[in-house]
Amino acid sequence: MTERQLLVGPFNRVEGDLEIKLDIRDGQVAAAHVNSPLFRGFEMMLQGKDPRDALTLTPRICGICSVSQSAAAALALADAAGTQMPEQGALAAAILHGVENLADHVTHFNLFFMPDFARPAYAGRAWHDQAVARFTALDGSAARQTAEARSQLFHIAGLLGGKWPHTLAIQPGGVTRTPDARMRIRIRATLRGFRRYLEETLFGTELESFLPLATPDALEAWDTGDAALFLRIARDLGLHQSGIGPRRYLSYGAYPVAGTRAMAAGVWEGGSVTPFNPADIVEDLSHAWMLGEDAHPQSGQTVPDEDMRDPGYSWCKAPRLGGRIAEVGALARQIVDGHPLARALADEGSVRARIVGRLLEIARTQVLLEQWADALDPSARFMTPSETIKTGTGVGLVEAARGSLGHWLRVEGGRIAGYQIIAPTTWNFSPRDRDGNPGPLEAALVGAVAGPEEDTPLSVQHIVRSFDPCMVCTVH
Amino acid sequence: MNLLWLQSAGCGGCTMSLLCAEDPNVFDLLKDAGINVLWHPSVSIETGAEVRRLLERIESGEIPLDLLCIEGSIVTGPKGTGRYHMLAGTGRPMLDWVRKLAPLARDVLAVGTCAAYGGVTSAGGNPAGAVGLAYDGKLAGGALDSGFRAKSGRPVINIAGCPTHPDWVTETLLLLADDRLETADLDPLGRPRFYADHLVHHACPKNEYYEYKASARELSELGCMMEHLGCVGTQAHGDCNIRPWNGSGSCTRGGYPCINCTAPEFEEPRHPFTETPTIAGIPVGLPSDMPKAWFMALASLSKAATPKRIEANAHSDRIEVPPGAGKGQK
Repeated sequence: MTERQLLVGPFNRVEGDLEIKLDIRDGQVAAAHVNSPLFRGFEMMLQGKDPRDALTLTPRICGICSVSQSAAAALALADAAGTQMPEQGALAAAILHGVENLADHVTHFNLFFMPDFARPAYAGRAWHDQAVARFTALDGSAARQTAEARSQLFHIAGLLGGKWPHTLAIQPGGVTRTPDARMRIRIRATLRGFRRYLEETLFGTELESFLPLATPDALEAWDTGDAALFLRIARDLGLHQSGIGPRRYLSYGAYPVAGTRAMAAGVWEGGSVTPFNPADIVEDLSHAWMLGEDAHPQSGQTVPDEDMRDPGYSWCKAPRLGGRIAEVGALARQIVDGHPLARALADEGSVRARIVGRLLEIARTQVLLEQWADALDPSARFMTPSETIKTGTGVGLVEAARGSLGHWLRVEGGRIAGYQIIAPTTWNFSPRDRDGNPGPLEAALVGAVAGPEEDTPLSVQHIVRSFDPCMVCTVH
Repeated sequence: MNLLWLQSAGCGGCTMSLLCAEDPNVFDLLKDAGINVLWHPSVSIETGAEVRRLLERIESGEIPLDLLCIEGSIVTGPKGTGRYHMLAGTGRPMLDWVRKLAPLARDVLAVGTCAAYGGVTSAGGNPAGAVGLAYDGKLAGGALDSGFRAKSGRPVINIAGCPTHPDWVTETLLLLADDRLETADLDPLGRPRFYADHLVHHACPKNEYYEYKASARELSELGCMMEHLGCVGTQAHGDCNIRPWNGSGSCTRGGYPCINCTAPEFEEPRHPFTETPTIAGIPVGLPSDMPKAWFMALASLSKAATPKRIEANAHSDRIEVPPGAGKGQK
């Protein structure tokens, strides 16, 4: 038996800073400890501020999920005030949010995840030349195309939301800019351009033919675009058997439009979906450098342990649902919402499944955005002025690209008395809890191959990046 | 020309914004200018041990460092240790890395207001002890001494903004690569003058409302946001309305106020961001280079002269009265 320890970091092509400690036994990961090494303290900053300031400050938690943070804050404030956005305001907010999520997914695939397959370590594989041409970091054809397509997609954010990231356009009462007929037509034109990019690169054909795929066999038969290249690589490297998650999936439900959520909320486990109850969440602090008691986020606190004492090993708290871990993200969302292919991959819970979940969601989000843009009614009201909140509590639950994001707000005397945030990667990259149960990534890394020559094992990199972590959101 | 980019305590939004660069895309822009990206945390291939080896070779002087870009503030807490941000895998605080690497670089660039002055990471009592590279808020001296000069002799170049416009970053880099950016091209707060010599007010589409002090009272109304909604575009440095964001946007075009995000301490305005503090109904913050009495006199005159069209549109979320309707009427 051979044993060694590896410290992996700085871990790049993830958003923010990440460090992973690996115990390797006989060429496999035996245990992983995931550390979010940056603490900023947004929840502390918000104490005592005017509740509306959360709309300016919380988007700045994260430059890649900025609109998600903004949407969660707006919903929390609206919830506290007992108000709702007018229907068209919610639609415009969903367009801004959908644009960000869509951009994040293609950024992840093209700039964060796929470049690893262009590494010299894979030279000689039948697909390697193609991966090098398409996905070489900074230089591959996909990097350029994606940067350009993404920039153009964000023209919608410029038009409707002033800028991206860090827009203040989404408010509890709706959106600050009322789209007129020419803006609506311009948004639709931009979306048609983005569809062309997706169909020419990622899917290699019209995305309506990818959406109905319902079984792993049908998926395996997919033979066009970068999606096919990924599937070929996944087959060759066994990515359908690596990075197995908890196979318990959570979604808060995405995009509140027309009085419902465009993608359903729920918890999937063992083949069935049960309702999601926010009251079942507890943040466990046992292995975080945090002081205080485990708590539901409505009553939780953020008090960092300045001495960074053991057994803490991360600034990340460990959220648990009904005492257990859950995986969040595009795959979870599509499983909970009931997409047949996602459901068929739920038990697989692998690197491949996560990437396919994202591909499905790219196609679905593009179609949703087209429908929403079409449904914009320039004659409608997009904003109703909202009340200033003096006292009360509110919850804002949304789905960011990377999964479930919640803001829990408490207002007393017109000031923020409590503000707790649980971000998607807080769920996925949480440390161990009081019972010693590892977080979803920690568990998924066990069994990953670590060759004797490897100091930053490639299999570990694929697994970590398959979650598309956002570390700046994680601890905030 | 070698560029190293490190992300410290920030949101990563300046990188995400940089990826929105157009004409051409960011990768071609840098490559065509002869800028070789040694490492960038979002887009480079190297991870883990590969990065640590690269950093060692830069630190030892084996690889020359021309452009050191730091994004995010530098946290000094807890208790001055900087351990609120250890650069993963290295066992060393980012504070230490920045202090070691900055003197080796030809030029040091603080990308974003966090890296420049502390920014949002230093809001609300500054729990992590965040400072900028060369400033702590408005005070000179941050993670680096106030007298710090890079090898070029230039101070830290503060590409302030929250986030930064992609062009502010790429054009600064391109000017440096072309050796066309001198200390004199920076304003007193270290910001490149090519964007900081403009005010957000310039070319703001709400200027006609401003001229008549026809003010929006609620967000989404078309009127000027200075009087009630916290807009400080008349004082904020930036060419946001001259050079739009993401195609055609800006904060004021999006219908929400400019919060002066290129300035030190913008994160603590001492009033809600979207509310203008007033004394006896008069906004506290007025254009800084105009005598207050003059401003007030002109404002009351122009308010009295406000055409119906402008008055009506100022309080609407869309143009109710087009120009030319009811000519000559008051």
